[in-house]
Amino acid sequence: MLKKLKHLWHMIRDLSGDNAYEQYLKHYAEFHQATVDTPPPLSRKAFFKLWQDSQWKGVKRCC
Amino acid sequence: MHKNLKIILWIAVAITGAFALAGIALNRGESINALWLITAAVCIYAIAYRFYAAWIAAKVLVLDETRATPAERLDNGRDFIPTNKWIVFGHHFAAIAGPGPLIGPTLAAQFGYLPGTLWILIGAVLGGAVQDMVMLFVSTRRNGRSLGQMARDEIGVIGGTAALVGTFLIMIILIAVLGLVVVNAMKHSPWATSTVAATIPIAMIVGFYMRNIRPGRVLEASAIGVVLLLLSVFAGGWIDHHETLRIWFDHDGLPLAYAIIVYGFAAAVLPVWLLLAPRDYLSTFMKLGTILLLTVAIVILRPEIHMPAVTQFIDGSGPIFGGKLFPFVFITIACGAISGFHALIASGTTPKLLMNERDIRMIGYGGMLLESFVAIMAMIAATVLEPGIFFAINSPAGVVGKEAVDAIAKINSWGFAVTVEQMQQLASDMGESTLFARTGGAPSLAVGMASIFGSAFGKSMLALWYHFAIMFEAIFILTTLDAGTRVGRFMLQDMLGNFNKKLGETSYMPSVIFTSSIVVAAWGYFLYIGVIDPNGGVNILWPLFGIANQMLAAIALCVGTGILVKSGKLRYAWVTGLPLVWLIAVTTTAAYQKIFSADVRIGFFAAADDMATKLASGVLSAEKAAVAPQLIFNQHLDAYLTMFFVVVLWVVLIDMLRLCARHLSGKPVLKLSEAPHEPSRLVENWVRD
Repeated sequence: MLKKLKHLWHMIRDLSGDNAYEQYLKHYAEFHQATVDTPPPLSRKAFFKLWQDSQWKGVKRCC
Repeated sequence: MHKNLKIILWIAVAITGAFALAGIALNRGESINALWLITAAVCIYAIAYRFYAAWIAAKVLVLDETRATPAERLDNGRDFIPTNKWIVFGHHFAAIAGPGPLIGPTLAAQFGYLPGTLWILIGAVLGGAVQDMVMLFVSTRRNGRSLGQMARDEIGVIGGTAALVGTFLIMIILIAVLGLVVVNAMKHSPWATSTVAATIPIAMIVGFYMRNIRPGRVLEASAIGVVLLLLSVFAGGWIDHHETLRIWFDHDGLPLAYAIIVYGFAAAVLPVWLLLAPRDYLSTFMKLGTILLLTVAIVILRPEIHMPAVTQFIDGSGPIFGGKLFPFVFITIACGAISGFHALIASGTTPKLLMNERDIRMIGYGGMLLESFVAIMAMIAATVLEPGIFFAINSPAGVVGKEAVDAIAKINSWGFAVTVEQMQQLASDMGESTLFARTGGAPSLAVGMASIFGSAFGKSMLALWYHFAIMFEAIFILTTLDAGTRVGRFMLQDMLGNFNKKLGETSYMPSVIFTSSIVVAAWGYFLYIGVIDPNGGVNILWPLFGIANQMLAAIALCVGTGILVKSGKLRYAWVTGLPLVWLIAVTTTAAYQKIFSADVRIGFFAAADDMATKLASGVLSAEKAAVAPQLIFNQHLDAYLTMFFVVVLWVVLIDMLRLCARHLSGKPVLKLSEAPHEPSRLVENWVRD
């Protein structure tokens, strides 16, 4: 039961974008190995700005 | 499960569904339980999803789960992200389900519960869900390209331009009609107006919170917002009872329309994080929560449906909008049965998140089935009302008369029992001064929802439930309005960018203000005309929106059919071809009648001529004579707009048929623009685990 609730909570966070930053860090760790010339990951605030702006390009809502 | 057991289960589902459907279709008694509608719907969806959608996935589209999706190949952690199918489903559903499936069925309930319900079920299963699924598929195979781009790549420049211009015009009309719905709900209602107004600062607080105070904490901020919204419903009641404050929020339609126009402009120019994005979070949570609550309430309560199966208004004399059952029920209910707008979400946005092609069936087909279910809920909420009350709320003053006594007499003459006292009692229960002629569908839906919630969760709070429902409708109508104005602005900037580079820059302020003004002025004009129209405006704008939306659906189906034929699947082309033929028939007939009908309640030119004659002979009251020239001009404009839609539709259709004929006779055509096959790494990993 507790496991299911946890899973549901995780889904809600995923859906709403509440954990978008954590996902981004995961993606960063996976795809951009920190070498000398790769920039460090964005701060939470900077990432959220970028993320939110990119969410609202194109048709997002319908009739 | 054992194979035989499965077969028995599906036969049981089929029999239950057939039984429920026969029950609602053949019932001619006093009333019928809403549970029958829900049972029929659920069984039909289950069978369609299990068999038809599975067949389309396997045989027609041939989904390939070993093929890498664009989200996997182009993964950038921002817009292309391989995402769990339930999450994508949630995003997709939140995007496609707007106010359309709530308003359309409410208006179409004037024909009785049966025609609309059948169209919602059949249209979704054979048309809308197929369109969404096919669009999602073809766009996924094309790196998530948009409908307009695909139309250009696959059919040609004409198809591409038609899709683009069509989308822009639909957006304009949709925003105008939605604005009108909100205005009609707020007219002379301090409670509704103050609550809706409060949603603006609440959204800003939420936006500021998640941008600056606790960046990215979306759920926290939304929770605060939802609490504030609920408080605003209470506060609205307090303002309504306050003698001086209530005057501040007690307005005619016109000032409210101006306020919405100013608001729309501000929302398009302000940064998204301040207003649009937070409002969207709130509206999504409210929308999902309320629909869930409504479903639970209907299942607990099992209300009786009081509307007859079919009313006399199928002959075209309906008070809410003029026109016969065919084609107008199919125009009025677009979202919920088949909606061209969905093609814009299914192409472009959703494909960039798909982890695997096999999810297309659930997200494309399943998502539309859920939206169709929302439409069934709206139909139930509208038809559980006593028909007399339903018509008293939804009939414009221009049809039934301005005075309550006249309106009641007229509605009684149609054979629907309702009294002035009953309406007064209802209005005071709902905390409103009057509920007569509140056209647009939102107030009657709110009354329906309030009475359902009231019976399920306690009757004492009817007024609160009513205004909660109004707030719920208004908040996501305004989200569509904001988002639509913004998208309209982007599209216009994109088009103008072809002529002047500077105008095409989305962050160049003069261009932002210029293009936003054009978009807002365009829908603002239709909103203004709708407000001054004594017949309520919805009767003109909603069919226009329906025709435009179905036209876009037809363009999407043209693209789908063209691609099927070009991929050598001519024998399956009927899957998209059948709904296409139906939409062409419906849209063309509706457009023909709207243009050429001699009935002043249907034909635009007939209405314009009628008004011109009345104006010339001086029989109009001074008030009506003052606005008559504008209304006459508008009727002409609407007629030409309808003509434009139907011409565009036929041009795209003929272009698509020409392309198919060339392909079938072996002549060269535009090549399929499908991205090459790449094996999926995700599947390998998945298999290895």
